[in-house]
Amino acid sequence: MALLELRNVTRRFGDFRAVDDVTLSIESGEFFTLLGPSGCGKTTLLRVVAGFDTADTGSVVLDGRDMSGIAPEARDVHTVFQSYALFPHMSVADNIAFPLRMAKVPAAQIRDRVEEALEDVHLTGMGQRFPSELSGGQRQRVAVARALISRPKLLLLDEPLAALDAKLKERVQLELINLQKEIGITFIYVTHDQSEALALSDRIAVMKDGRVEQVDEPSRIYGFPKNRFVADFIGHCNLLEGRLQAGTESLCEAVLDKVGAIKVAHPDKGVATGHGVLALRPENVAIGRTLPDEPEMNLFSGRVQDLLYLGDVTVYIVEVEGGGRLEALLPNHRSGQATFYQPGDEVTVGWRFDAGHFLFD
Amino acid sequence: MPMRPSWSKWLIGGPPLFYLIVFFAIPTLIMLVASFRHVGPWGGLAPLIEQGATGWQLDLTLDNYARLFADSLYLRLFFRSFVYAFVTTALCLLMAYPLAMLVARSARRYRDLLLLLVILPFWSNFLIRIYAWIIILGPQSVFVGALNSGLEWIGLEPVRLLYTPFAVVVGLVYVHLPFMVLPLYATLEKLDPALLDAAQDLGANAWHRFWKVIFPLSLPGVYAGSALVFIPAFGIFALPDLLGGTGGTMIGNVIKQQFLDSRDWPFGSVLSAVLTLVAIIIAGAVALAARRSRA
Repeated sequence: MALLELRNVTRRFGDFRAVDDVTLSIESGEFFTLLGPSGCGKTTLLRVVAGFDTADTGSVVLDGRDMSGIAPEARDVHTVFQSYALFPHMSVADNIAFPLRMAKVPAAQIRDRVEEALEDVHLTGMGQRFPSELSGGQRQRVAVARALISRPKLLLLDEPLAALDAKLKERVQLELINLQKEIGITFIYVTHDQSEALALSDRIAVMKDGRVEQVDEPSRIYGFPKNRFVADFIGHCNLLEGRLQAGTESLCEAVLDKVGAIKVAHPDKGVATGHGVLALRPENVAIGRTLPDEPEMNLFSGRVQDLLYLGDVTVYIVEVEGGGRLEALLPNHRSGQATFYQPGDEVTVGWRFDAGHFLFD
Repeated sequence: MPMRPSWSKWLIGGPPLFYLIVFFAIPTLIMLVASFRHVGPWGGLAPLIEQGATGWQLDLTLDNYARLFADSLYLRLFFRSFVYAFVTTALCLLMAYPLAMLVARSARRYRDLLLLLVILPFWSNFLIRIYAWIIILGPQSVFVGALNSGLEWIGLEPVRLLYTPFAVVVGLVYVHLPFMVLPLYATLEKLDPALLDAAQDLGANAWHRFWKVIFPLSLPGVYAGSALVFIPAFGIFALPDLLGGTGGTMIGNVIKQQFLDSRDWPFGSVLSAVLTLVAIIIAGAVALAARRSRA
């Protein structure tokens, strides 16, 4: 049975639906991420689960128990806030001990468990410091330790890495995954950062305008986006407008505006024809002076418009003869020492028929 | 950033410093010296330097201080003033805290209006406001009449409110309340609401959220407000003069009497010096406590 069930949860602010008919089921022990741009309702949904906000309709069921009318302090759910919200007048140890004190755990036991928690988050010996004396990363760890010490059923994390610099972020991500696997508590993680979501999660729910667009494992979300929004939001994606013509079970033909006729794998939907977009990841687009003309390839000649050198990879923006623009991503170790294409170079771009996904409107 | 030339520092800080020296430091020194002098033949002060048998000499004495301790009346008055000021501070804190919290938690667009209402009484003169209390607490007032008929009805003696310690404390609380509300509001308004969410999320009920989070974080405001109420309430004289009658006299009244009625400036200075000393000790203790609560 799922640990947390959200059934048709809707939260309105006036006419605005911050959360619109969301149904989700989160398994025990899962690292689940709510991903979406700011204003998509992910934080509101988190507040509904924590109990700070109430759903107008629908229900929140935690471990088989309906949460309506249950105050946040009575829910077995803890939150790591974006600002961490550490109590500035308490030492690190007192901050971490807070949930245990509220639960009236005996003092001797509190001391041991706080020591243990400090060890878990690599802050041994820091118990007597005050939050103002800690770095951003240390504060984040105190906030996690404080939220986990009384072993809640569910931990909510509201953009907990947003305040950290990129280098530290990566390390903390690994720490978070390890910690979560170690203690086995279910995490619901809110972020607008798709790379964070892909790196951390067992499953991701992509949200937009209060609605859930797709729920899947990271590789499915990235590889098989369900619609244009998900394809565009997660990673980079060429979105080429066009029309799918009729085809066979496995192979269809499509005509892309400003590009031309292409072969594409069957989109696995009941609709045989129709308007939509081809979602094509830049790393699936090959680029070269000439490319081998094989039957499963879609090839177009064009001209390099621009390039972005990113260190490990280079992104080329290529305008094909029809006038359409495509992004192609080339790892630099493959391009050798200095054989970059320059703006103005004549090139051929191409992709396998099954590299792109046709998404109907 | 380039260093500012030092003259600009003096330009900015000089005038207030000058003001404090001329109108605060020097008068305090004059008062301190006066507390060791003799009374002149027609009151006031005897000359500081006198021609004695051995030439010019300073005419100073400790007798004034001895007199303070010789008669327990003055120490009792100090003690009573302390108690009034303390009770006033405690009552102001009790009343101002919920008020400051209400203002701090109300919608931002109402806060300025509510704060304005808190300081609105300052728009009318202090004495006029005290006279108003004479009427409210006087025997003819509707309020006192209703109270006494109520007391009579349950078989108790009627009470007199005006010219009692009760009237003094009521007046003191009324006059000083805004000085408690404003610093409390300033600290409560800064309190990060996420801290309260966090406390609640981690299992704290309303009682614990107040005592473990809100109150400790508001201590700087509590200390500042207490100092702003206690110190002026301790030395006040006009208010007990008007509301206190003989039973409500405070040390400020005696100081006023020494200077204006008895014309015993040296002894008035002694009482003032002791009052100032007590105020400094209390202010120092409050500052120390505030620093500790911030650490």
